[in-house]
Amino acid sequence: MGALLTMSHVGVSLPGLHAPVDVLSDVSLDVDPGEIVGIAGESGSGKSMTGRALLGLLPDGATVRGSIRYGDRDLAALKGKAWQQIRGREIAMIFQDPTAALHPMLSVGAQLTEHMRLHLDLSKKAARARAVELLEQVRIPDPVRALKSFPHQFSGGMRQRLAIAIALAGEPKLLIADEPTTALDVTVQAGILRLLDRLARELDLSVLFITHDLGVLAALAHRTYVFYAGRIMETAPTQELLLRARHPYTKALLTARPETADVEGRPVALRPIPGQPVTASSAPPGCPFHPRCPDRVAACDQPIPVLAQVPVHLVDSAELGHLAACHVHAPAADTRIMVTSTEAR
Amino acid sequence: MTRSPSGSAPAEPDAAAVALDETGPADRTSSGATPPRRTRRGGFLRYVAKRLAVTLGLLLGTTVVGFGLLQLVPGSPAAANLSDAALGNPDIVAAFNAKWGLDKPLPVQYLVYLGNLLHGDLGTSQRSGQPVLDELLKYVPATLELAIPTLILSMLISIALGMWSAIRHGKAADQTIRVVSLAGLSTPPFWLSILALYLFFYVLGVSPNGGRLSPQFSPPPKVTGLYTVDSLLEGDPLKAWDAVQHGMLPILVLTLVTVATLTRFVRSALLEVLRKDYIAAARAKGLPSRTVLFKHLLRAGLVPIITMTGILFASLLSGTVLVENIFSWPGLGQYAYQSATSLDRSAVLGATLFIAAVYLVLNLVVDLLYGLADPRVRIS
Amino acid sequence: MTDISTHSVDSALSDAAAPELAGLAGADAAMPVAGRRRRWWSARSEAGLIWRQPVVVVALVIAAAWLVIALAAPLLAPYDPLQQTSNIYAEPGGAHLFGTDELGRDVLSRVIYGARLSIPLALIIVVCSLVVGGILGLLAGYIGRFLDGAIMRLTDLFFAFPKIILAMAVAAAFGPSTVNAVVALVIVSWPVYARVIRGAVLSIRSEDYLNASRMLGVGPFQALRRDVVPNSFGPAVVLGTLEFGTAILLLAALSYLGLGPRPPAPEWGAMIALGTNDISRWWVSVFPGLAILTVVLAANILGDALRDRLDPHAVGGR
Repeated sequence: MGALLTMSHVGVSLPGLHAPVDVLSDVSLDVDPGEIVGIAGESGSGKSMTGRALLGLLPDGATVRGSIRYGDRDLAALKGKAWQQIRGREIAMIFQDPTAALHPMLSVGAQLTEHMRLHLDLSKKAARARAVELLEQVRIPDPVRALKSFPHQFSGGMRQRLAIAIALAGEPKLLIADEPTTALDVTVQAGILRLLDRLARELDLSVLFITHDLGVLAALAHRTYVFYAGRIMETAPTQELLLRARHPYTKALLTARPETADVEGRPVALRPIPGQPVTASSAPPGCPFHPRCPDRVAACDQPIPVLAQVPVHLVDSAELGHLAACHVHAPAADTRIMVTSTEAR
Repeated sequence: MTRSPSGSAPAEPDAAAVALDETGPADRTSSGATPPRRTRRGGFLRYVAKRLAVTLGLLLGTTVVGFGLLQLVPGSPAAANLSDAALGNPDIVAAFNAKWGLDKPLPVQYLVYLGNLLHGDLGTSQRSGQPVLDELLKYVPATLELAIPTLILSMLISIALGMWSAIRHGKAADQTIRVVSLAGLSTPPFWLSILALYLFFYVLGVSPNGGRLSPQFSPPPKVTGLYTVDSLLEGDPLKAWDAVQHGMLPILVLTLVTVATLTRFVRSALLEVLRKDYIAAARAKGLPSRTVLFKHLLRAGLVPIITMTGILFASLLSGTVLVENIFSWPGLGQYAYQSATSLDRSAVLGATLFIAAVYLVLNLVVDLLYGLADPRVRIS
Repeated sequence: MTDISTHSVDSALSDAAAPELAGLAGADAAMPVAGRRRRWWSARSEAGLIWRQPVVVVALVIAAAWLVIALAAPLLAPYDPLQQTSNIYAEPGGAHLFGTDELGRDVLSRVIYGARLSIPLALIIVVCSLVVGGILGLLAGYIGRFLDGAIMRLTDLFFAFPKIILAMAVAAAFGPSTVNAVVALVIVSWPVYARVIRGAVLSIRSEDYLNASRMLGVGPFQALRRDVVPNSFGPAVVLGTLEFGTAILLLAALSYLGLGPRPPAPEWGAMIALGTNDISRWWVSVFPGLAILTVVLAANILGDALRDRLDPHAVGGR
């Protein structure tokens, strides 16, 4: 097993007013070295929470169930100071709004080198040199002057590049990108995606790309997981997912895009998904999507006695590692076990 | 009420806070290929020039207000400005009327008034017959001797309490601090002074009964006007200590009142910053909490806090008016107080203009500091 | 500061790190999920919750008590507040619960009647300032352009003076009396209202429902009346409550300076001033001061609570 990161049956609950509230349920995914994995979902699907859980940045009082294996550590069990060895050094993160994620009053150089020196134990000079290298890697012009500049002097796309450089400063193996292109222009987006692609290849960097935009993942991600209501609905290599989606939710997501065309390239009418997206805590019994699902059957809301509430079963489809959680389109032979992609292969 | 770098006059303490202006001047739409903009030194200088212009405009405005107030005083201006003895003398009255151009139309009177102001003539005190400005200047050092320690102490305490409160947001410590500071700013300062004097002087006997020095000491030769400093310069540490002891109670009261307002402000400014992504990003980098706290949080929060000190000065200046008298502290505030209680109108108006001018200048200084501290203004 | 536990710092930082995420857990969209009792008096949900917060309840009780005292003063006060007796500086207790002052007047009765004086006056000040400042703020925000600039410069000018200093100057110029004190305080207070209302109007203007109304053909004045004004109530109420406390304090300060209601009116500030004549007779100053403290504190607590509920993005909130 060469997976860099393996999440098994991970659940996250936040303290609620009266009782704990689930935001993630039974999430299993993995990331291989050098692989770009996409997480697609709407607001409330738990996709951002997944990223935060990997860095221990959950709100105070959150509980994590299941295991998150990274190397020989279980991140789900990490507490307090132990996180400092992971954050920035093994796993790093870039945020949606680069303007908000960069400190307005610290110079670019300071923001690049502060954790670099901490994690890599470099001298000031060595850190500066490496900072210049990083800026060159993310294609920031005039890197030496950039070190002394401040974030507000750069444009939006450049700021995201700075954020990427900062994230890479600690030589992490996994980069979590939480909607990094959502706040940027389309033209700028392309540049960032190309950058991430190149970095993944050059540095053998794994990327966990979180987004609501399937189209972005089409260009970038090797494999994609589709989240809904804190659960994984479907996962497959990205092209396979886009062409042969099995889960009604994924299919609906694909046809709900304005640019959707059918197989012959003719534009297809926009078909929004009826109803409102749900969060894990407000999910109905059984399959969380079933109230909005065009293919639902009576059994879709039945809780399976063996599991607690929701009947989730992932079934291998061909040898591609294509799994879906649906009674109708991917009924499970064995309802107890969730098969992960690596085991399936 | 936001205070953007392009500046407006200082806002009121109870309704004011400063929001970090996150939308910097950088454009968002250009492609990712442009190099960082060259720093324009001119940017900061323009900021300074603009603030200066605004301050001067406001100073002018205050003179208009002063003039307007003068007009509102019932009775003849001579009656309002001259003491009863002087009023009996027709020559003095005539000279007074000529000096202030009282037989000319109103706009001309204003210009005369302005001209006199610029010559440093803030009117003449009815009580003493002395020029108001001279008297004010005599009393300024005493107030400074209270104001400076109060300022330093208040900032230190408020930043500590505000930070602690922001970090423990929602918990018991935060709630307590919130209520206590709310109580602090609900308390009339003059009442607090009386309480303090009663407690520490009358009951406990640990504090002197007002004044700047005990009777056995005579004031040190004036170098700075601050008795503590001047006594040390004179080589008399005992006297200096005596001066310090006399200053403790008024400083305590003023600090309490100022800390109440400032702590609330620091707390809310820091809470604003805590919500920002760059704090989360700093944690995501693996930086230890202490670093995030002091280097990132405080640095970002300091900017609004610096601008808040401008409002602090208002609180201080007003506070001294209400507090000094009880401690028989011969400062600006007591002068204003005694002028008010004896209805020495010209002295009151003169003191008002003086304090307003001081306040405006202090705020200008604070604005400049703000410009220096925030790189988005300094380098634009 | 050096002993801030890492845990508490971390929890504050982590809490702040994911406020939106906490909201996504959405037990109830309106409730702060990640806060067990996070903002204890700022639960932004149904009215029920806010009134359960202990400090707010206490503040309400105090406010109600003072209202009753102000209204029923003649029934509650044991003596005539202006009645001078020979029982000078009687200590608190016995026949005179709060003692007597240097003219033998019962302090308790004077404090009670003081409510009858200060509270209505403060209300008048708030209402007048709201009217003046509110209208100017509405005009500034709604009409904009030159008028906005002019009004803003005007408020800047007023803000150039510390409040008490300006009030003192105006009251001294006019001459000490109750009416003049009220006028002085209205002059000093209106700019804050103008600023806040203007701010509210500006943010309402940027909302789409106003544009929608206008596009549907609603005239500008009607839109002002139906859309803008009602939505400005929230910030106005919050500010009014907070400013009520300020008005009480300023009124007390003015009468402490001898520039307020003429003696022998039982104004709290003036009573405190009388107490300075002999510090050892602490009761003369302490009780009126406590009155001021409790009234203003109650107003501030309520104002804070209201702000968190009605106008959460107001400056200084949370």
